Amino acid sequence: MDCHLDIFFLEALLNGLLLAGLLALLALGLNLVFGVIDVVWICYAELVMVGMYGVHYAYKGGLPFIVAAALGIVLVAVAAGLLHVLVIRPVLETAPINQLLVTGGVLFFLQAAATMAFGVEFKNIGISLGSLNVLDMSFSRARILSFVVALVGMLALWLFLTRTYMGTAIRAIAQDRQIMPLMGVDSRRIYLVTSAIGGGLAGLAAGLMVLNYDIYPQIGLQFGPLIFMICVLGGLGSMIGGFVAAFVISQFIAVGSSCFHTEWGYAVAFLFFMIAIFFRPQGLFGAKS
Amino acid sequence: MALLAVSQLTKRFGGFTAVSNVSFDVEDGEILGLIGPNGSGKSTIFNCIAGMYVPTSGSIRFEGQEIAGLSADKVCHRGIGRTYQIPRPFRNLTLLENVALSAWFGQQRAVSRAECWRQAERALALVGLPTDAGATTDGLGAGALKQLELARALATQPRLLLADESLNGLDHAETEQAADMLQRIRTEMKITIVWVEHIMGVLMRVVDRVVVLDHGEKIFDGAPKAAQADRRVVEVYLGADAAA
Repeated sequence: MDCHLDIFFLEALLNGLLLAGLLALLALGLNLVFGVIDVVWICYAELVMVGMYGVHYAYKGGLPFIVAAALGIVLVAVAAGLLHVLVIRPVLETAPINQLLVTGGVLFFLQAAATMAFGVEFKNIGISLGSLNVLDMSFSRARILSFVVALVGMLALWLFLTRTYMGTAIRAIAQDRQIMPLMGVDSRRIYLVTSAIGGGLAGLAAGLMVLNYDIYPQIGLQFGPLIFMICVLGGLGSMIGGFVAAFVISQFIAVGSSCFHTEWGYAVAFLFFMIAIFFRPQGLFGAKS
Repeated sequence: MALLAVSQLTKRFGGFTAVSNVSFDVEDGEILGLIGPNGSGKSTIFNCIAGMYVPTSGSIRFEGQEIAGLSADKVCHRGIGRTYQIPRPFRNLTLLENVALSAWFGQQRAVSRAECWRQAERALALVGLPTDAGATTDGLGAGALKQLELARALATQPRLLLADESLNGLDHAETEQAADMLQRIRTEMKITIVWVEHIMGVLMRVVDRVVVLDHGEKIFDGAPKAAQADRRVVEVYLGADAAA
């Protein structure tokens, strides 16, 4: 063990903070959908994977990166809308296990389809933003950009949810599904909009992910479990909880990696998760049981 | 032409017939009482009109147009508002948000954001709840929650209000207030009202006409005074001995 309160430790702390922005953004989409529709998209990380391929090929096809990233948002929003209409809606009123199983099926479908379409090799988008050196510390510019954009994305969602009627309806329907139609609200439309927004957040995250990671069909397995862990730790459906949990978990990963070994970072994070859930099964900010 | 014409309405759940061949009209501008003991089919009729249930057979015409089988949000857009017996406010929204949501989504015509807030404030003021932006549902009693329920229905700017009042959760003063409120809604907002209740008491003083149900069938349709003298109505409410 090599853990001192030195500049490397500070670097690890700050890197953890930067990672947290991206993780919080990823957790947000999943939490929104669960909080409103009461469905867990097991294939959530695979939607991000689809978005990453979309951004990758749009950029390689000659579009400016910013346009490719915007396209990624639209692509995943549409994919998520289709997921809701074609897969979720038919089983919405049935037992929750069915919803888990069908979205689990979509996970394998998307992985297989991506393997067939894009091959198994790792793809790098080939954009390097370099790193920012402060004192003796080094920070990836891509990660800083991700952090800032993720925060802006989350702020935009918060404004949408609190300042618009559609956003207010989304918050309301999370509380009482049955009463909404009596107020003239078509709940099917609200669910569709919510799914598309959840997908849009995944698409935004995808555009940031390609700057930080190589793409391959199974990439979802690398961060998917982490996202679920963050959502559950924060309290499934609690957007604030997911936000806080992302910061907690990323610190465990970053500092754990710095003090022990990279792989240990994840192990320490999951260990903390198990202990925390033992004492607070509903999550840090969870109200739903 | 009647504002609402229910004819030969039947609703079955499996082998159980909750409403059997019931017909009645609601005239523009009246307050109609829909009464009957628990399980007599009042709420089922309400749910059929409001689009929560699809009738097994029969027709429901509102302003001359068939609405039976339309979904609840479409019925709301046509101009029928509904309150629930047990208030179901959105606890995570403010009072104003609760009501403004109805105003925004509940109307057929498009309304501006500002107009929605004004309509919400007006509805809250009418039922006697605070209209300031920060007011929440915290600490509201049973009476106030019923008023909120009413404000939400009114904010959709209905022509017909289905009020599932069931006042037995309220004390005498609150019951009187609720009755006065419905009268004011009729006269000030020109809204026709169907009022569901299972006790007769204060309702008889307020309504123009009553329809009495028993076991899913209509047993009386007429003036409140006549209802109180009607043999079958008295039987249903007080038992066969009292009518003998």
